[in-house]
Amino acid sequence: MTGLDFTRLTVCPAQVWGGVRLVPLVREEPVPGLRLHREVYDRFGEVLVSPGIGYVSYIPHGLVADWSGEQSASYGTQLDTARPTGMAVVRHHRMVKRRPSKKGQQGGAVTRCRFLPLHLAMEGYLALHFGGPAIAWNQWSQEALRQGLSPRSEAAYLGLDVPGLADALRVFEIHPGQCGLLVYVADALAAAFVVPHPDDYRALHPTLLQDMYGELIHQYGHFGAPVPDFEARLGDGRHIGTLADLRAAARAQELAWRESHDSVMARELLGTSYSFERVYRMASFDMYRFLPPFRLDSGGQHIGELITDHKGRTAYLKTFRLAPAQIRRGHLLNSLADNDWHLRRTAEQLGTTPEEIVRRIRAAGFGALLK
Amino acid sequence: MTEETCSDLIAAEDVLLFVNAAVTSTGQREFRSEAHRQRLSLDFLHEYVRVNYRTVYAASLALDINDHNAARIVEQLLRTAGEAGEWGQDQKRAEGRLIAARLALLPPQRVYRLFRALRAAKVSNRRTRAILRDWLAARPDLGHDAVKYRDGLKTAARHFHLPLKSATGAGPAAGELGDFLFAPGVRPRYEHGLLDAHRRAHYEQGALYELPFTVAEGFAAKHGVKRSAFVERIAPRMTRHERLRTQRESGADQKGAAVRTDLSVMPLTRLALYALSLPVEERIRRRAELTGALRRAARRAAGAYAGTWGRVAAVLDDSYSSSGSGEKRRRPLGVALGGHFLLEALAAPGSYGAWWTSGRTDPLLVRPHGPTPLGTRLVDALEYAPDRLVIVSDGWDNAPPGLAGEVLRVWRTRLDRERRTTVVHLNPVYDADDFDVRRLAASVPTAGIRDAEDLPALAEIAQFAEGRTGLAELQAYLDRRIENFLHRYEGGGGR
Repeated sequence: MTGLDFTRLTVCPAQVWGGVRLVPLVREEPVPGLRLHREVYDRFGEVLVSPGIGYVSYIPHGLVADWSGEQSASYGTQLDTARPTGMAVVRHHRMVKRRPSKKGQQGGAVTRCRFLPLHLAMEGYLALHFGGPAIAWNQWSQEALRQGLSPRSEAAYLGLDVPGLADALRVFEIHPGQCGLLVYVADALAAAFVVPHPDDYRALHPTLLQDMYGELIHQYGHFGAPVPDFEARLGDGRHIGTLADLRAAARAQELAWRESHDSVMARELLGTSYSFERVYRMASFDMYRFLPPFRLDSGGQHIGELITDHKGRTAYLKTFRLAPAQIRRGHLLNSLADNDWHLRRTAEQLGTTPEEIVRRIRAAGFGALLK
Repeated sequence: MTEETCSDLIAAEDVLLFVNAAVTSTGQREFRSEAHRQRLSLDFLHEYVRVNYRTVYAASLALDINDHNAARIVEQLLRTAGEAGEWGQDQKRAEGRLIAARLALLPPQRVYRLFRALRAAKVSNRRTRAILRDWLAARPDLGHDAVKYRDGLKTAARHFHLPLKSATGAGPAAGELGDFLFAPGVRPRYEHGLLDAHRRAHYEQGALYELPFTVAEGFAAKHGVKRSAFVERIAPRMTRHERLRTQRESGADQKGAAVRTDLSVMPLTRLALYALSLPVEERIRRRAELTGALRRAARRAAGAYAGTWGRVAAVLDDSYSSSGSGEKRRRPLGVALGGHFLLEALAAPGSYGAWWTSGRTDPLLVRPHGPTPLGTRLVDALEYAPDRLVIVSDGWDNAPPGLAGEVLRVWRTRLDRERRTTVVHLNPVYDADDFDVRRLAASVPTAGIRDAEDLPALAEIAQFAEGRTGLAELQAYLDRRIENFLHRYEGGGGR
């Protein structure tokens, strides 16, 4: 498996609000056997790493995948009359956590798991060549050899902070049967989101605001001008003699949009080959995270997480567009790893000098790795 | 084209723009724009039209503009009375007549709010006082106003030095009213029943059922009366709308309940909004009653026009955006539903077809959901070969965008060059950024709409909006409307 498979997902006309273009994806029938629910966390997670050092996380929401095949009401969305009791501190949230299928029911097959949206993907990116140098060339510091890249961090913006996104999602008119959405900010693909069932999409549509977006998207939201609608055009209507012709011409416009979207606008997402890593199995479904090739010459690159059915078709997808600096970091790490972390060989492969590679390593924030 | 006719066209366009805004916008939040944006946009438009076309500005009081804008226009006219002189000798007099006629139509709470606005603007000239005095004198019972609109009446009396007497002589004596407003507690009792009930309601539970609903509500809370019992007992003192709003609390909506608001007298749009506020099961259960009431209201609204429109096709918008906003809940959808029944009444019997954008066919069960594929629905509707095609939509055509405009353009230029079909687009939403309602295509006349009842009159105005009508024609139309309007008020024994 190298690419994303969007069969059975139909692209519908985009809706534009300011600089944000939202492209709905519609399924004719929902994916059988898998449902996603939202789980809201109202607490911090905290783990004591060592005395005096704690790991604290706050996660706005998680998703619960349920492959039991039962049609059930959305889990965790019931109205609760109890008043919220402030932020409680609980144990660390794990990335993917198995859940018993029903409360209080012990034993039996596990048909639910909880995961945190985009954390799988982000974790995959942060763990890229996490171990550091594999061969102890003398340029590398002791720390790099012992601890590798730990700890690494990447910054991202909350969807609420991307100007215009909240309004665009609010006024968006959800299509019947809609199971996904592609978010473009200033016509740069910011995120793709696909779920298995239309009801799940309706419940999860607002969570797009609580997801992470890259720095580039945040800047585009700030500085991007409003984007134009791709309006339907019927020309001078010379070939239209009856209403049936008119209907056919209108239909042709829809098809034209579909093709131009897939081949022009979403090409960077659908045309790239990714490296997939399977992280979890749920009966006939597989959960993956994927990384782009980190090529510098192409446009946007996306990391993401994916659930596919047994034929490899997309049931769930969530992507994150990397900022150019993040792509460069990934590219640099990949090049180093390809050459066994040997600076001169890496420089030769990239067509530059070892001094320049050292400068790049420092500029990428990996200066602590070098002596 | 000479320069004069060109400026004429622009003037006509400006005027229509303002009328559209004044019909649709209420300064409240819409689906796509915030309240302050609407108000800012409306402020500009009012000032622009007042300064450049004052006669038309005043004349629009005679049209079906909404109460919010009517009150605004009256306020602006009274605040800038000095400018009226530049527009001719009779302008002031004409304005005065229009204002008096419109104030009589406005709900009293709006007029009292207008009093307060004028006070804040420090307007208290002789002309304003005369107009307000006449309005106050025409109130049926000032005692009722003193209880229900206590602050408003107080402001009016104090700031404008108005005599607290009604022309009919009904109501409390002036001294009693003055004491009630300005020196409560001085008199041990009042002669006027309502004033006395208000006094007694402070300590006597029974007295609060003699008071108007809104006033009694406060006393009920004070006495700790149970809501359902209170709502049931106060029902005779409620207005029609209050009764409708509270009937769920008193349990009158439940199966087999006897006391229920008489739906047959409700205006069409109000009724449509009420039907849309009910859950689906209840709409199905009460289908016969609701449909019957909507049909009757539509026939009443159609009046003499009923059955005269020939073959009619309607394209009605029930996309998600027709849910309106928290302040104008489901208004666009309510207008579309009201329009559906009205057009059914206007069309020749049996020759009416409706196409909802969602593809639903049962009008009573519509709900705001999904995108707006107007273009496809228009083709469906045109296949019906109607004499008239009416589109009720907020003008945001998004599946795919712009297709509706293209379909209408090609239809006009290629398939219907003889203009067998008249197309009208009615838009319930004011677009604050464009200072107008959103259009679908340049060739399609568009008018704003707030109440479905006004649909026939608005379709008439929309014909001017094709961009070919000069100011003279429009002025003639306005003069005709003003004459009718004033005749109804002055000739119909309004005073």
